[in-house]
Amino acid sequence: MRIELVKRKEQSRAMLLLSPLIAVGLTLITAALLFIVTGKDPALGLYKFFIEPLTDTWSLQEIVVKATPLILIACGLSVCFLSNNWNIGAEGQFVFGAICGCFLPILFPEFANGATLPLMLLFGALGGAAWAFIPAILKTRFNTNEILTSLMLVYVAGLLLDYLVRGPWRDPGGFNFPESRIFSDAATLPAIGDGRMSLSAPIALIVVVVLAIVLARTMKGFEIRVMGESPRAGSFAGFSAKKLTLFAFAFAGAMAGLAGTMEVSGSLNQLLPSISPGYGFTAIIVAFLGRLNPVGILVAGFILALSYIGGEAVQASMGVSDKIASVIQGLLLFYVLACDTLILYQVRLSRARPAAIAGEAEHV
Amino acid sequence: MFEAVLLTVITAATPLLIAAIGELVVERSGVLNLGVEGMMIMGAVVGFAVANQTGSGSLGVVAAIGAGMAMSALFAFLVLVMVTNQVASGLALTILGLGLSGMIGEAFIGVPGLKLPELHIPFLSDLPFIGPVVFQQDALVYVAFALVAGVSYMLFRTRMGLVLRSVGDNHASAHALGYSVIKVRFLAILFGGACAGLAGAYMSLAYTPQWVENMTAGRGWIALALVVFASWLPWRVVAGAYLFGAVTVLTFHAQAQGFGIPSQFLSSLPYLATIVVLVLISANRRLTLVNTPACLGKPFVPDR
Amino acid sequence: MKNVLKSAVAGLALMAGASAANAADLKACFVYVGPVGDFGWSYQHDQGRLSVEEHFGDRVETAYLESVKEGPDAERAIERFARDGCGIIFTTSFGFMNPTIKVAAKYPDVKFEHATGYKTAENVATYNSKFHQGRYIIGQIAAKQSKTGVAGYIASFPIPEVVSGINAFMLGAQSVNPDFQVKVVWVNTWFDPGKEADAAKALIDQGADVISQHTDSTAPLQVAQERGVHGFGQASDMIAFAPDAQYTSIIDEWGPYYIHRVEEVLNGTWKSHSSWEGLAEGHVVMAPYTNLPEDVVAMAKATEQKIIDGWEPFTGPITKQDGTVAAEDGVRLDDGAILGMNWYVKGIDDKLPQ
Repeated sequence: MRIELVKRKEQSRAMLLLSPLIAVGLTLITAALLFIVTGKDPALGLYKFFIEPLTDTWSLQEIVVKATPLILIACGLSVCFLSNNWNIGAEGQFVFGAICGCFLPILFPEFANGATLPLMLLFGALGGAAWAFIPAILKTRFNTNEILTSLMLVYVAGLLLDYLVRGPWRDPGGFNFPESRIFSDAATLPAIGDGRMSLSAPIALIVVVVLAIVLARTMKGFEIRVMGESPRAGSFAGFSAKKLTLFAFAFAGAMAGLAGTMEVSGSLNQLLPSISPGYGFTAIIVAFLGRLNPVGILVAGFILALSYIGGEAVQASMGVSDKIASVIQGLLLFYVLACDTLILYQVRLSRARPAAIAGEAEHV
Repeated sequence: MFEAVLLTVITAATPLLIAAIGELVVERSGVLNLGVEGMMIMGAVVGFAVANQTGSGSLGVVAAIGAGMAMSALFAFLVLVMVTNQVASGLALTILGLGLSGMIGEAFIGVPGLKLPELHIPFLSDLPFIGPVVFQQDALVYVAFALVAGVSYMLFRTRMGLVLRSVGDNHASAHALGYSVIKVRFLAILFGGACAGLAGAYMSLAYTPQWVENMTAGRGWIALALVVFASWLPWRVVAGAYLFGAVTVLTFHAQAQGFGIPSQFLSSLPYLATIVVLVLISANRRLTLVNTPACLGKPFVPDR
Repeated sequence: MKNVLKSAVAGLALMAGASAANAADLKACFVYVGPVGDFGWSYQHDQGRLSVEEHFGDRVETAYLESVKEGPDAERAIERFARDGCGIIFTTSFGFMNPTIKVAAKYPDVKFEHATGYKTAENVATYNSKFHQGRYIIGQIAAKQSKTGVAGYIASFPIPEVVSGINAFMLGAQSVNPDFQVKVVWVNTWFDPGKEADAAKALIDQGADVISQHTDSTAPLQVAQERGVHGFGQASDMIAFAPDAQYTSIIDEWGPYYIHRVEEVLNGTWKSHSSWEGLAEGHVVMAPYTNLPEDVVAMAKATEQKIIDGWEPFTGPITKQDGTVAAEDGVRLDDGAILGMNWYVKGIDDKLPQ
């Protein structure tokens, strides 16, 4: 007996809604089993992991805080991935963007007025775009594989930040500890609400909306999708693959750089040797989980943020180790990805082996 | 002195080499498995645990290979049967592997491991210079080279290699010719998992014989980069792995000499060197395009 | 369907409430930067937590979050504990300093203890240990035992604590052999067994026959064992990994401090302070001296006793690398100078990033 996928004539509307529910259901069952195996109360564990974080305003705000950079970066990445540009170096673009965005408050602390923050955000976006431009240019000019170069540049950006914060950008009043000076209010992103939410959340929301419109309604969006699906057809239509590669990388880099600057300005208030808990990599998952669609990314960002916050909650309150939390997170991703298949395909169990398969045994 | 440095480079390069050669086969079949780090760390913990419980290093190695394969089978089921996105599935595999390995390994923290014995090949290992470098390594160093030679032979000299490459280059026509794309890819992914598991065992049984969480420390990612660096040619993986290992080790020597260069700059050298070499190689457009599996990362669903 | 879901949620909520009811007198919470399984820094802090549990039994409940990254996640982790009813929260990495201060301002009734930082508040104390005291002793041992006159030093990041460690090691070595050499390699990580092993091998190949480390894994000692040279453990006793190679180990002993401070919260006598203690108070402990001749053990023990009796390793004459005087003969460097150290003593063959 074998499992066989049969393509549906059109997307299944029922599955579009049901697939996430099935995935969550499967995750809950596995998580419950994991809790039982490790000797924890499964009902309590599930409640703390998946429900409690949604019931109070503090953790809801924290979910937004965690989701914001993920959504912003994933939006940028979706443009890359849609157009077949495999940028997996958003983490480096995030870091380099933050470096560029934060040189103002660090090197020119006296420059503190209404222009500080807009300039920081601008430099941050430009810096991220510049860092992303390196693999883009290497790809278009020398045909160098962008997966590798963008990934390698992650390490380089991290070490550059490390060098700056431990060396020239060290806080002069900080007893030689590796941290920059703390930013003035003029360089701090205004907070929203009573928690840690800042202006970055609405900015990310605006990006989602604008990107959704651009992708669905404009010529640029059409170009991105056509070049992704069929570069040949695109070039007949007069689109340039090289220009699009540069554009996609620059856009993704700009979003990552913007996210980096806002994270530092709105949440950390200073540069530290490490400023990202892997946002750039997690955002790749968010982009695919959201089916490369801005609205989908919005939802996926929240799901992933919930899995972090919930994982932390069971650790803190029940002593469940963080490894279990990351196992549950990994499984959740697997289930969601697998269940998404049901939207486009039907699963059929068949006993008979098709002739083509039976015949090929002698060749392999 | 040179001999000693070379020995250090060999140990640093071997896990990268083993993991990368496995991933090379996977990618040649048209599948991109970004979960190397996750499979490797599972290999490391299971290899350590079994060796520790049974007292046998070889059993540990076998178990590590099994663990890598089990992880890769999960990945294969998702991307081949459920046609999920390969990039996202691979990343999820890494998250899962890091978590699961931590759970399994909790009991083995702070327990000294046993180190795989070095093979002393009689007579040959007594030769000056060549002896210690070539003939006194642990068995896995030789296994790594045997793997490269075997994979190279298999890919370019056998029918199996031809089928594998055609599946990776054009799965539609391979399918039309009657080959089972899914089956070929499944086997390739399992091979990749076995290699990653073995590389993990090298970490926890030979390189640094101990278990600690996250002990692979990103080497799975470097292995992935090496495959692209090698433009999917097996012997170039050797060159890449040794280059990366050599630059890493030499930066330590440069520091110990007291050159006074910021250490962050030296630490970033292996990555920058990889980029530069890659640009030089890929400037030769003809060669890279020929070897890039055209269907890399593209899902395949047979039309029946 | 909706109703079923609703009642299920209500049921879960009920169970959650029920199990939270078995309240202890105090909840002590810990935030770690690494996994508790690193067998180094975070592992030792968790040993401290376990000794709190053992000492107080049911009176004190503990909780921890591990692998909390320095950066945006830290503030959330700390605030979660503050909201969860923790009476005292230990944040155990330098990078948690500003998040700790921020959260502490919001939760004035909760006590905070931050390790290795310098910012205090009404409800924020800091604590650290004088690890450099141990490093002076191992420097002496290294100089006594080395045949090549060269020691290798695997360093993590150029922060004052690591720099003062290197200096103390060198001063100890120079007290035995004024021409002693120390080769420093920065690996730019606290924890990467492979990299640390490679660094150890490079140092040995360059002539070092004693290896000291300020990184967390046991890998350098294992290399020493394999290559037939010697070394020192870090954070925990690593003798099991290098039975023939480890001379001793500088052990972080956080338990006594944690128990003491939790006790004070229970008594209502807790006050903010900056604690910086060493061998004398048992916050730094030397592992048994092994693989050493008796006279060297005697010397090490004598120095240990001298330090316990109040002597400070950073006592002049100390000359900086650039030739300027750091401390005149008999003058003791003040705590601030040691805690913020960013210069090398004369004789170290390496440059610090400025």
